[in-house]
Amino acid sequence: MVTGNPVPCRMLWAMAFTCALSAAVASGQVKLGASFPALSGKGLTGAVPDTRGRVAIIDFWASWCAPCKASFPVYCEIQRDFLKDGLVVIGVGVDELPSAYAAFVARLKPTFATVHDSRRLMVALVQVPTMPTSYVLDRAGNVRFVHAGFHGEETERELRREVGELLAEKEALR
Amino acid sequence: MTRRPSALLIGVGVAIVALLASGCALPAARVRPWERAALADEVMNPDGDPLGSALSEHVYFSRAAASGGRGVGGSGCGCN
Repeated sequence: MVTGNPVPCRMLWAMAFTCALSAAVASGQVKLGASFPALSGKGLTGAVPDTRGRVAIIDFWASWCAPCKASFPVYCEIQRDFLKDGLVVIGVGVDELPSAYAAFVARLKPTFATVHDSRRLMVALVQVPTMPTSYVLDRAGNVRFVHAGFHGEETERELRREVGELLAEKEALR
Repeated sequence: MTRRPSALLIGVGVAIVALLASGCALPAARVRPWERAALADEVMNPDGDPLGSALSEHVYFSRAAASGGRGVGGSGCGCN
């Protein structure tokens, strides 16, 4: 017990408070309900589709990430099934080497848009918690759902339900 | 006679410790999730060659009479 001596007790409380404060400041991840940062002007290579007034899935991936590879066919299918309803899927590759990015895209041939964040400005701004991470945005561009990691059928099922919900919401332009 | 440390001394001490501790919380001190390309490389897998590992393990326990000494509970008596 440290209650007998108030000095160490006070010091412990002060240290705990400071550490908690430091951790809170260090965490700059995009939160649920927040507006997702605009993709334009972040030095992304490739054509960035217009997401205004559309439901969007922004997926951060890398060629060295095995679950990212598994997720690509699923995103292709989701894009195909919901395209006419107003969904846009954008894959943001964060590979350091343009050759690694290009080889991955050439091998998997995604039917959704992919852009390269070679300078890693976008991913650093968003502070993704893990690779891959996908953000599901509503028509107003707000983050409504976040998927940290890709867990096969479970993630696909959740994505389809969430996209369906958001597409059914009243359309509102950004 | 014992002297209690002054409030200023305590404050300075807390500030120094907090400054050192805050280094653990800053993202600059960590490898960020999108910077793990090198860590994800196959050569970083400690068991990248299972056959070679099994062979090495066999040689180890044969020479040292320590079956399972690397990963299984038990002593070096070879009786487990």
